[in-house]
Amino acid sequence: MRRSRFGSWLAITLGSLYFIVPLIGTFEFSLRMKRGTYSFEAYRVVLADPHFQASFTYSTLLALATIAVGTILVVPTAYWVQLRLRRLRPVVEFITLMPLVIPAIVIVFGYIRLYNSQSILPLTDSSFGTDALLCFGCVTLALPYLYRSVDTGLRAIDVRTLTEAAESLGAGWFTILTRVIFPNIRSAVLSGAFLTFAIVIGEFTFASLLNRPAFGPYLQLVGANRAYEPAALAIIAFVVTWACMGLIQVVGTVRDAGRPK
Amino acid sequence: MSVAESGSTTAGVRASSASVLAWLGVVPFFLFAGLFLILPTGFLIVGAFQDAQGHFTLANLAGLAHPSIVKAYTISLEISVASALAGAAIGFALAHAAVLGGLPAWIRPTLSTFCGVASQFAGVPLAFAFLATLGRTGLVTWALMQWGGINLYATGFNLLTFTGLTLTYLYFQIPLMVLILTPALDGLRREWREAAETLGASTGQYWRQVALPILWPSLLGATLLLFANAFGAVATAYALTGSSLNIVTILLYAQIRGDVLHDQNLGYALALGMIVITGLSNVAYIWLRSWAERWIR
Amino acid sequence: MTFIDIRNLKKSFGPTTVVHDFALSVERGEFVSFLGPSGCGKTTILRMIAGFETASAGSIRIDGREVTGLPPAKRNVGMVFQAYALFPNMTVAGNIAFGLKVAKWSNAAIAARVEEMLGLIKLPDIADRYPYQLSGGQQQRVALARAIAVKPEVLLLDEPLSALDAKIRVSLREEIRSLQKDLGITTIFVTHDQEEALSMSDRIVVMNEGRAEQIGTPFEVYNYPRTRFVASFVGTLNLLSATVVDAATGHLAIDGQHVLAAKAVEGRTAGDTVSVALRPEAVDFGGASEGRDALTGTVEAVAFLGAVVRIRVGLGDQKISLDTFNQPQLRLPTAGETVTLSFSRDDLLVVEPDGRS
Repeated sequence: MRRSRFGSWLAITLGSLYFIVPLIGTFEFSLRMKRGTYSFEAYRVVLADPHFQASFTYSTLLALATIAVGTILVVPTAYWVQLRLRRLRPVVEFITLMPLVIPAIVIVFGYIRLYNSQSILPLTDSSFGTDALLCFGCVTLALPYLYRSVDTGLRAIDVRTLTEAAESLGAGWFTILTRVIFPNIRSAVLSGAFLTFAIVIGEFTFASLLNRPAFGPYLQLVGANRAYEPAALAIIAFVVTWACMGLIQVVGTVRDAGRPK
Repeated sequence: MSVAESGSTTAGVRASSASVLAWLGVVPFFLFAGLFLILPTGFLIVGAFQDAQGHFTLANLAGLAHPSIVKAYTISLEISVASALAGAAIGFALAHAAVLGGLPAWIRPTLSTFCGVASQFAGVPLAFAFLATLGRTGLVTWALMQWGGINLYATGFNLLTFTGLTLTYLYFQIPLMVLILTPALDGLRREWREAAETLGASTGQYWRQVALPILWPSLLGATLLLFANAFGAVATAYALTGSSLNIVTILLYAQIRGDVLHDQNLGYALALGMIVITGLSNVAYIWLRSWAERWIR
Repeated sequence: MTFIDIRNLKKSFGPTTVVHDFALSVERGEFVSFLGPSGCGKTTILRMIAGFETASAGSIRIDGREVTGLPPAKRNVGMVFQAYALFPNMTVAGNIAFGLKVAKWSNAAIAARVEEMLGLIKLPDIADRYPYQLSGGQQQRVALARAIAVKPEVLLLDEPLSALDAKIRVSLREEIRSLQKDLGITTIFVTHDQEEALSMSDRIVVMNEGRAEQIGTPFEVYNYPRTRFVASFVGTLNLLSATVVDAATGHLAIDGQHVLAAKAVEGRTAGDTVSVALRPEAVDFGGASEGRDALTGTVEAVAFLGAVVRIRVGLGDQKISLDTFNQPQLRLPTAGETVTLSFSRDDLLVVEPDGRS
């Protein structure tokens, strides 16, 4: 309309500058490892570092485990709440939002005290137990995002009718969930999964305090001791995050394109 | 439902057994939430009121009055409030420009994709990025010196302070605000603006009396989320400042790693303080929202 | 005297022109409807009058005052939107008072005016309710009260009834019309519903593809549609193609059957094809008589519509529908039966092709 667009352009321009300059700064810095010339030396050093490979692999596996556990936990719950226990929805929603409000460091502090060697469930005694605890911690961190994503997906389909149709054809609960509901909310689950991946891959607090060799603590260690490698790692981390978000967009677009109307 | 067709007594029995079965379906979720969210938090809260022998005491809470701890809470609160308010204001300006600013259509999807990435680009890598940009040898620091003749660090600026950390936190705070506010701004119907215009209202009157009251709940919720986000952040601050900046999460981090307070249960009190602050901000939010949403259902 | 004077109004969005050279003058106190299918430009013209769209060319005057370049807030028009335009964060009283507060009325005057408005829309007890607590019909009445509270010179109604249930739609249109008459407020009403336009308006502007096809009273538009479009859009109509046998006497042939129109066919010569229109209710069973033409055909379908029975008769390649009142003693023809239909010559209209008004 007649309103001036100058203010809008100004806001967008200043905002873009604020967001892009650090990226340029980091990239430029990451190329400065060899004196007097730009090179990808820092990237070569980082990628060749066995600790990088080990920690990145560890975090990738952790992210995949988190996605698996989170999906198995969240999808049936969200489905069930939608189908049978609607009055429970506010409670479940409140719980899933709690990790956004309770600081992660408080939660992990509780884990360390609750599951230490003197407790009934001494998870931190074995490395597998600690890995499991870390995985559950990451599920907790991802819960708000995963649950919202799945819940939105479920609201978009008619859960009741689909379930009744499947029941009338003689399907059991497991079949309904895996063969009917899940395929219909696959793209919602996938968006939640990619977001979870982006969160877990750089997770620092849990992994560091549980003493697990994950990517986040590795990044911190490199940052404390090296000059140029951290910048290269920041760029790598940014690319990974970007890839996850890009995949969410792709999944979303495919879903929209597949829908009639 | 099919239950209604059978006799009333059997229907009653069946309905109750069915509802017991229905509750079984959410047991795994509540078990998980209990074990890995509520119980650990509750354990700390109880621990904050116990001494090393497990007896009730208020000494831990009294210990929070130690000047270094009060200072840590103060800086944490300052950074969280500043980055939440600034993030909310700037995020609002960006979301407004993208949704209602009359800009070309490609701006909006570009902005929201970028915000999706940036809101998750927190923690250690973000600290690296800002060190490489605004640190002593960072690109912007260098460029200002080279071309502007300004020695940024001589002006008193330091990335490892309140200002620096707030500036860094804004990198994920602003995008988060944009992501939450964009759908809310979409919810403002064109008719409301047009009705206000035909009734003689200016743009300012429309925003003050119609648009902002409608947006309050989203604005409040988003600002609270930003606050909690900054208040609980560890990785960014730790990677940026090591332990040179005394904020409460870093203090707690150090306590967990090495018992720097020489008192186990004081750590619990530290955690309790954080829970109380985020909890209170949440209560305030719920109260404000119910007031702001009195015109919805 | 002319109260709203619209001249040469044009609107283009990029290369597409949505309103072509529109002109209209509306008398003070008149109720004018813009009737047409969606996308015909009727809403765009209304929005240009309100000031939400800028005209590409032309002028709009209200009471002699040029408003073409003024922002909506300076035009002194009231507008009621299709739906959900009440401010959700304000009570009914707050909504009605909004424009008055903006105009800096005193609190006492505002309270009195709000009460007066609530009485006018016959909802005196809902002042403290929020919009979500009202039915759709109540919301639209409040929206109407909000629009007229500020005493606008012109009332603009943008399909205000189309989101409502059928019954409320009918009662509310009567209410709007009587309110408009009482207040004597000049009103422009946009609708795609011909029944609404016919029942409420002093005059109707029938629009198609950005042009006014015909401007006239409901009686004129219904009974004497000027173009094929008007004839087909307003009411149900039989449109038949006919060959001119003798233009001067109005002698036509429909599928080889000869009929006489009441008037000469202007601007055509023998052998030309023209469109003729015939309302279903103007057609009856029975042979030709004084002033009546007849056609013979085969019954294809009989549809029972309640008070009316609609019978479709095939005439060679073309079809004609006729409506007859449902009377228990009536013997209805059955499909396949051969029947003779007749109609008054005055009802046989030769219509122009579209866009020739």
